[in-house]
Amino acid sequence: MTLLENRSAEIPAPREITTKPRRSDQIFRAVVTVGGMTSLVILGLIALFLSLKGISVLQVEKFSFITESKWEVLQDAEGKVAESTFGLGAMLIGTFLSAFIAVIVGVPIAVLSALYLTFYARGPVKRLLISLIDLMAAFPSLLFGFWGFIVLMGSAEYWAKLLNKYVGFIPIFDVPAPIFERSPFIAGLVLAIMIIPIVTAISREIFDQTPLDRVQAAYALGASKLAMIRAVVIPYGRGGVVGGAMLGLGRAMGETVAVYTVLNVVYQINWQVLFGAGGNVASLILLKFGEAGPDEVNALMAAGLVLFLLTLTVNAISDVLINTFGKKGR
Amino acid sequence: MTQRVTTASLLVLAGVLAGGAIELTGLSGKLGFATAYFFFASLLIFLQQLRLRDLAAAKDSLLSSFALLAMTMTLIPIVSIVLTVVLKGYKGIHFGMFTNDMTQASVNDPVQAGGLIHALIGTIIMVGGALIVSFPIGLLTALYLTEIRGKLARPIKFLVQAMSGVPSIVAGLFILSILVIPVTQELTGLMGSLALSILMIPTIARTAEEMLLLIPNELREAGVALGATQWRTVSGVVVPAAKSGLVTAVILGIARIIGETAPILLVSGGADALNFNPLSGPMGSLPFYIWKAFLTGGTEEAYARAWGGMLILLILIFVLFGLARYLSGRKAV
Repeated sequence: MTLLENRSAEIPAPREITTKPRRSDQIFRAVVTVGGMTSLVILGLIALFLSLKGISVLQVEKFSFITESKWEVLQDAEGKVAESTFGLGAMLIGTFLSAFIAVIVGVPIAVLSALYLTFYARGPVKRLLISLIDLMAAFPSLLFGFWGFIVLMGSAEYWAKLLNKYVGFIPIFDVPAPIFERSPFIAGLVLAIMIIPIVTAISREIFDQTPLDRVQAAYALGASKLAMIRAVVIPYGRGGVVGGAMLGLGRAMGETVAVYTVLNVVYQINWQVLFGAGGNVASLILLKFGEAGPDEVNALMAAGLVLFLLTLTVNAISDVLINTFGKKGR
Repeated sequence: MTQRVTTASLLVLAGVLAGGAIELTGLSGKLGFATAYFFFASLLIFLQQLRLRDLAAAKDSLLSSFALLAMTMTLIPIVSIVLTVVLKGYKGIHFGMFTNDMTQASVNDPVQAGGLIHALIGTIIMVGGALIVSFPIGLLTALYLTEIRGKLARPIKFLVQAMSGVPSIVAGLFILSILVIPVTQELTGLMGSLALSILMIPTIARTAEEMLLLIPNELREAGVALGATQWRTVSGVVVPAAKSGLVTAVILGIARIIGETAPILLVSGGADALNFNPLSGPMGSLPFYIWKAFLTGGTEEAYARAWGGMLILLILIFVLFGLARYLSGRKAV
């Protein structure tokens, strides 16, 4: 009796169990969380400040900033700005044109290269090729631009002339004057070469995730490599590859220096891809920035905002595609 | 064995046919020959497979021809770029390059005059500044994604991805609009650093995240099981274990921005004289040095100078890349 009573008296008060982190951890988590938010803050600030600068121009131009194709600053006799019109139309067309050429030329090559790397290359050769392609992705755009200008231009001109000769009856391959140098076509080729390593790397990762059992099942049923790729790899990887292509598109749209070097940047609407004139939004910013007055700088900020939102949208779509379809294969 | 002989003879036959095509059609030159050769080679192999086996095998051979072609087309620019830079660049390299700046020489002077020490120093200062800003932010972002894994992990991953797609010229415009025009009103090296760090942060964050994910969870659990707080686990176990991976992240970040030209042109101007102070006055940089020699010169000397600068830049990228490979290769073992 007494023994039991004593024992019950000795039972200590229950210890409080908590999942609340200690002070040091609270500080740590707070710091890391704040650090993690930086990308959000920076992206927000970019949108905010470019809008703040560009708003004065956007208010005047409204939608014609995107639809009009006139970029003019008229000065009176004293050198003051008398009248200015800012419309980004021609350069937006140029941006899409050169980026689409890049995607049309670059993506098939990149996807086939990725197929080669995943299903044909083996061992040290495969590792070497992958390293080379990663290295190429790290080349600066300046290098691509100058190489495109000095080395590629000759061969590209040859192709441009050939295209013009045989399919010149299609309006976009026609030229108003036989000037084939520094055309959107050549800029598109340089951009294609720039996006090939990126698209190849992403496609290769996607193809690598193809479930091995299905691949082997296809082979066991007697499929050739082509049949296996068509039946298994493509259905699994399609979305991810489209995402990779979109990422390439985004890169190609935002490229500045390479386009500026290769393309003859002229402010005019040019649908004829083989003719040596055109430009894109980024190269326009670089071209006009040097001698721009305060008003024009604001217009360039607005142009930057348009470019930023454009690439952000394309990137967002590509990211969603890669994540949704990349996971499925796992 | 006989099959190999047949294939080899088919390839030779394709060469003959391609030569004929050059003679008879509008195609010409090496490029035309290569195209015609590929066309005939894949056609002949297709027909051979069709004769020996069936249509499925023939189509399969076509795919492998095309995959090989694509791989070759991917490799040609890499090889061509490296060869061009080396062959054109070595003429522009001389010893005085590393001791002189361009104050006493114009881009059209003989190559031996002037040098790029100002550009090299400028690039080092700007990249260093960008690194000081980007590394902590990149590491914290990576830690948030791998260690805290909060509710916001997915959106933040998305935003980092989005940030890596920001065009470089927009980064320049942003620094211009937030700092240069309203506050400093001067193009300086520091502004260049800040613009570059916008491009560097996503690279560092993504690589660091991948490297931290490689650390086995057992290490974290062991740390916590020994009674360490999360802070002690991360600082004492996870980060030291990922050290070489984090160095790789830094190196890849540097390689990403070292040749960036557009933002530098907008916010740090470009100088021909040595400038050690990132807080005042425009600062030269390797990309600007190349840009200026290429676009304002037009003479043989100016081109040689530009390619020489490009060679130095490419060597830097090669070294950085090799270092990253070496470190991450050791990590994987």
